[in-house]
Amino acid sequence: MKVDKVIASATTILPLRLTGVGYSVGKTELLDGIDLTVNAGRRLVVMGPNGAGKSLLLRLCHGLIAPTSGSISWQAQDPRPAAQAMVLQRPVLLRRSVRANLDYPLALAGYARAARDEMVQKTLTRFGLIPLAERPARLLSGGEQQRLALARAWAMRPQVLFLDEPSAALDPSATRAIEDLICQFSAEGITIVMTSHDLFQARRLAQDVAFLHRGRLIEHGPAARFFDAPQTPEARDFLGGELIW
Amino acid sequence: MDGPFSIAIGLIASGDPALTGTIALSLKVTLTAVSIACLIGLPLGAGLALARFPGRGAIVVASNALMGLPPVVAGLLVYLLLSRSGPLGDLALLFTPTAMVIAQTILILPIVISLTRSVVEDLWSEYREQLRSLGAGRLRAVPTLLWDGRVSLVTGILAGFGRASAEVGAVLIVGGNIAGQTRTMTTAITLETSRGNLGLAVALGIILLLITLSLNAAAWGLAQSARGRLG
Repeated sequence: MKVDKVIASATTILPLRLTGVGYSVGKTELLDGIDLTVNAGRRLVVMGPNGAGKSLLLRLCHGLIAPTSGSISWQAQDPRPAAQAMVLQRPVLLRRSVRANLDYPLALAGYARAARDEMVQKTLTRFGLIPLAERPARLLSGGEQQRLALARAWAMRPQVLFLDEPSAALDPSATRAIEDLICQFSAEGITIVMTSHDLFQARRLAQDVAFLHRGRLIEHGPAARFFDAPQTPEARDFLGGELIW
Repeated sequence: MDGPFSIAIGLIASGDPALTGTIALSLKVTLTAVSIACLIGLPLGAGLALARFPGRGAIVVASNALMGLPPVVAGLLVYLLLSRSGPLGDLALLFTPTAMVIAQTILILPIVISLTRSVVEDLWSEYREQLRSLGAGRLRAVPTLLWDGRVSLVTGILAGFGRASAEVGAVLIVGGNIAGQTRTMTTAITLETSRGNLGLAVALGIILLLITLSLNAAAWGLAQSARGRLG
């Protein structure tokens, strides 16, 4: 798969650099001392047991919450550049039609009506949503809802797309469809940062892996190395299916 | 000798002008009050749901408590404001439909504010991260949340309409129950009953019940079909 087709747009917002990033609530440190660089054009899968802080890490990167220590900086000096999108673990679809759901963020971004109509139409076509365009988004099936959530994120023309457990509640065929889309995004040059609790999915999709354990980043590197020769006992146990906390 | 019910049916069937005039004025006053209360209450309630400031809790409690404001008290307040010696006496609004609209707006406003706050607050906790992710700040979230909460909001606004159209105390005090000018269905029922003119009172009672019934049917139907259409 061709992934080196670096984004054509004039300014690139990547790499994203996290330096000593921590997030604590009261005295509980949920994330601590994270140093991580997200490079353009890669598919990075953040792995780790439940409660390791995967979701939190993505929300920090996306700018939904601010770190309580350390810093997060984009190549573009903008603290929260627009050319990034996220699909939340439980995406909220608005109580409107599929078409209106796609239109909404584009309107927020300030695109004019005509440009939006064209972008929405293109997105509907691209994701096979034309037959569903006028349907209420909340009444779609789980797989269709997730497809719409991905389409909505894609329509915002992100350079980097954060995906939090993108197929957590889906059946195998819907999961397959979502994974295909992720690979296509990647081939289009969109940098992917996703979490997954599914080892098989991580093996299928990851080019790089960041392994979190109890709020610390204990391994980060190419996926092949992580899966074949994990460096830490925690990662070995995790890959071996042991329960680690 | 006809009973009040057959007289009532006769009056309704013949489209008695006194009857239709009273109904029209009632609806006009209440609809205007509901509209004004929505114009003020929807943004205010949504703002109250999203904003955090000192004294917010007190406002929430006050607006909740005012939902139970006795109509006669609301009427009395407006009376004091608008009476000749009151602060707004120069406007000469007492005993006009405008005074009735003001009194009813005061009755409906707390319902609209409290309901909007509760609906928008619930939606906000669900939508918050998603809207932020899509690029909407708090201010921009207000119309989004109002629109997505439209079904619950309409149901509540109809409840406000029901309260206003059924109350007698406020409109009686500030309107004065002047025939052809400020006589509404409820004040007319009060008067006609005390005069023993039961036919007209019953006719108005039937109409009032029908209006309330059809409004609630509409609200229910709307909610049902919206659940089917919007999920």
